[in-house]
Amino acid sequence: MTANPPGVLLDRVLVRALQEGLPRVARPYHAVAERLGVAPEGVLARVRTLLASGAIRRIGVVPNHYRLGWAANGMSVWDVDDDEVDVLGDAVGALACVSHCYRRPRRLPQWRYNLFAMVHGHDRTEVETKLAQIAAVLGCAARAHDVLYSTRILKKTGLRFGG
Amino acid sequence: MDEVDRRIVDTLQGGFPVCERPFAAAAAELAISEDDLIARIDRLLADGTLTRFGPLFDAEKMGGAFTLAAMQVPEPDFDRIAAQVNAFPEVAHNYARDHPLNMWFVIGTETPEAIDEVIGRIERASGLPVLAFPKEREFFVELKLPVRT
Repeated sequence: MTANPPGVLLDRVLVRALQEGLPRVARPYHAVAERLGVAPEGVLARVRTLLASGAIRRIGVVPNHYRLGWAANGMSVWDVDDDEVDVLGDAVGALACVSHCYRRPRRLPQWRYNLFAMVHGHDRTEVETKLAQIAAVLGCAARAHDVLYSTRILKKTGLRFGG
Repeated sequence: MDEVDRRIVDTLQGGFPVCERPFAAAAAELAISEDDLIARIDRLLADGTLTRFGPLFDAEKMGGAFTLAAMQVPEPDFDRIAAQVNAFPEVAHNYARDHPLNMWFVIGTETPEAIDEVIGRIERASGLPVLAFPKEREFFVELKLPVRT
């Protein structure tokens, strides 16, 4: 094992400082820098670099979608031919109604589905309408599908690194 | 929630500035004061309209790992098992879903190797098997949920 390069170490320290959220004060990045005992310019520069590299996906508010009127949250799952799933996944992800789309492994015999597409709606009827759009894109490549509605948020803290 | 709150939720899901006075910069775009924006974000967090405010990290690009996982939990034990699972700091989100696999959660760790170790600890704590569904490929989507009323 080799030691982490200094840049990686600072990133981990920054992640730990920021994972609880950004301080709600006039100079939030300066407040983080003060807590870490580093120069504010260093924090601003690292955050910009992490944003540019995609390590920070975005900075902003994370709404509770239930509270915004998006009461129905359906995880639609599809059993799609392995030869076609990557091309079709791109097409499903491109639909405006799909908020996340992933290929994941099957877990036979309990779980036959390999394409996951998250759909939000005002109610389940709206979700069903959107599922029909996905079904139309997949056509007969989809051998079976199901939709798992969320009934309760049990935890939503965002990603935490330990330590 | 008033019109200004709605605009905050709709426009600030990404793109929060990285500068000395970011609230002042974002508030100017919204035509409100810096103090008002900070107070409104505080209130929206306190009343549960927002679950977080700040950066969203991509665990894999930070050298870490995450996976979706699911369990089939007997209904009488559901709340007790949910509390056990939620007690793991590596569990980021957890949703109850209407399916025989009725608990779905995301595990995030600092290293890829730690995923299996955390799954093992959840299985031992709960006495139930955990099915892991790591993403094999992510298809591009735009993630933004406007306010619905």
